[in-house]
Amino acid sequence: MSEITKTASPVMARPLMKTLLPWIGFFILLLALPNIFSSNVGLYTMNLMGIFIIFALSYNMLLGQGGMLSFGHAVYFGLGGFMSVHFMNYIEDGDFTFPMYLIPIFGGLIGLVFGIIIGSFSTRRAGTVFAMISLGVGELMAASSLIFVAFFGGEEGVSGDRTTGPELAGINFGQDIHIYYLIAGWVFVTVALMYLFSRTPAGRMANAVRDNAERAEFVGYSQRKVRFVSFCASGFFAGIAGGLFALNFEIVTEENLNALTSGTVLLMAYIGGVGFFIGPIVGAVVFTLLQSILSNYTDIWQLYVGILFVLTVMYVPQGLTGIIMMHTAAWRMRQVGALVMPYLRIGIPALAMLTGIAAFLETIHHMRSSVEGDTAMSLMGIEFNSHSIVAWIVILALIVVGGYLTRSQLPQLRDAWETANKPPAQREGGGS
Amino acid sequence: MLELIFFSLLNGIVTGLLLFMLASGLTLIFSMMGVLNFAHASFYMLGAYFAYTISIYLGFWVGLIVAPILVGLMGAVVERYGLRYVHRWGHVAELIFTFGLAFLIEEVVQFIWGKDTKAYHEPEILQFPLFTFFGQNFPAYKAFMLLISIGIFIMLLLILTRSRVGLIIQAAIHKPNMTAMLGHNVPLVFMGVFGVGCALAGLAGVIAGPALGTFPGMAFVLGSIVFVIVVVGGLGSLTGAFVASLLIGLLQTFAIALDYSVNDLLQIFNISFDADSAFRDLWTLSLPQIAPILPYLLLILILIFRPTGLFGNRET
Repeated sequence: MSEITKTASPVMARPLMKTLLPWIGFFILLLALPNIFSSNVGLYTMNLMGIFIIFALSYNMLLGQGGMLSFGHAVYFGLGGFMSVHFMNYIEDGDFTFPMYLIPIFGGLIGLVFGIIIGSFSTRRAGTVFAMISLGVGELMAASSLIFVAFFGGEEGVSGDRTTGPELAGINFGQDIHIYYLIAGWVFVTVALMYLFSRTPAGRMANAVRDNAERAEFVGYSQRKVRFVSFCASGFFAGIAGGLFALNFEIVTEENLNALTSGTVLLMAYIGGVGFFIGPIVGAVVFTLLQSILSNYTDIWQLYVGILFVLTVMYVPQGLTGIIMMHTAAWRMRQVGALVMPYLRIGIPALAMLTGIAAFLETIHHMRSSVEGDTAMSLMGIEFNSHSIVAWIVILALIVVGGYLTRSQLPQLRDAWETANKPPAQREGGGS
Repeated sequence: MLELIFFSLLNGIVTGLLLFMLASGLTLIFSMMGVLNFAHASFYMLGAYFAYTISIYLGFWVGLIVAPILVGLMGAVVERYGLRYVHRWGHVAELIFTFGLAFLIEEVVQFIWGKDTKAYHEPEILQFPLFTFFGQNFPAYKAFMLLISIGIFIMLLLILTRSRVGLIIQAAIHKPNMTAMLGHNVPLVFMGVFGVGCALAGLAGVIAGPALGTFPGMAFVLGSIVFVIVVVGGLGSLTGAFVASLLIGLLQTFAIALDYSVNDLLQIFNISFDADSAFRDLWTLSLPQIAPILPYLLLILILIFRPTGLFGNRET
């Protein structure tokens, strides 16, 4: 770690071991995961997760750390993917020799190049102007991708073969498990790099410019240059994520750089929590799980994601990580235990209500989309007739009773929360 | 050639005025609250779907009146209970909220009406060619769209410049605190403007639904174009929105109608190119091909060289 980190950090005498411990844990976790989830679906999900983790973290370099709301981040992701898949094809054709596992570098480089080009005019302002330029660039690229067929491959995209490169110790990355370790390695390195970036003076100044651009200028930093550096770095890492996407799926299409992907990454970062470094990681993991697991059970999973997103923006702008982090005070005072019972008391009726709402939506969806006369449906293993009165009574009862009980438990939760966040000394003194 | 120009001009004006119905609401909302409403085009979509459902039971004309009112009420509710609540988290959160809302509305529309295109048609009285010019028909429905759009434009202009309500709105745009001090209920004005803006978008949806198709992606198709208009015209400028709407409308129709390519240009100068080069797509680019990207190119150029827009006087 650099000098600056040490002087900037309030805990100067923090032992090296303690700083490294989370990283060692992260490393072991990455190594151990495929042994726990060894199925094909598990590997597929984890590969996607890894790619999205890098993508979402690179996005958060803009939104969370730099205060720039981008609606076109998929441009760098997609371009990185296209560049990488082209290089995969060059290797396959024998045009030049290069290890396949380093291909994402090219993705990162083109992300960087486009970051420099686009950043040179878009980072002049933050806020709405930046958001609009990013939207315009995003739409421009998405539309161009259908015009320039030579590079973007038109509607069917460009596909490659990752197994054709020189082998690494007899491994040609043909199997999913190999690509998992490849992605895991890239995830570890890029996450560490992005963390270190947030600790450099450039990363720190990005925070300063986000919070108060005018003051940062008085300290002597050009807000534009500070934003520009973050923007380029962000483009670079997004390109790497795109390169990994190309390696993993061996195909990149126009879909990877359109507005939908840009929206997805905003969603992931925001649901996870943009105010924390690990927020986008949490968001990427949760989103991928929702996408791959929920979509197996229901057609309307995107509706749930939409509801979750809007509720997050409205009520929990700190994101899921923010909710966890709210408990640090109580955790430090060893009083989290006092919250378990209140959480259970409100959690069970709330769960019942949510189940009821989900069942309500699912049943309506089933009634509308199924074939005429097909009234049998199953939810969570329970078979029932979607047109029967009994089913509707049960569903409505779940919502109403669950909702009522949840409401009735709110005051006790508030009390418990206050007690848990009160220092122990004060509590023994009688409290209030 | 003449007929091509004539019809492109007419179609461009119809598209432009339709876009203005969306852009006018959006730009008013922006100048009051400083929020670019990403969900604005979603209200346009809701208008089309509401009108479709109403037209099944009560006919097109009832839908024309009722659907915009419903959409306007929904907009007011969104402002009152959504946007005003999110305001406490700052501008970025507001922007993200409207973005999430756009996403959610699209999902809800798919949930309620399904993913396929709805058979929402113009009323039978308007299903005839109004006139024939050089062997081409001009449908009466387009003239009807033109009429409604012009009517709305004139009404909006009169309300904003000639009425007391318009005076208060203009005051609230420029000096909200002072207007509140004078005893006007500014939050109510905001809610009203948001509601009316959404109702206008809804009305645009009602009349555009039969012409452009009623499907879950219709908000997405138009949404970003409307942003381009608002930014190009100048954020918060109604005149700018009007000029930019017509500009974009004409730009799009003419780019599609005039089939010229870079190749033609090169041939004038007697330059030939290698058909196998990586840039071959660049040399064969034609105007209809780049029609969809022209508005965004314009947006980026405007934002770089004149961030206030054509008629705007402030930079967000």
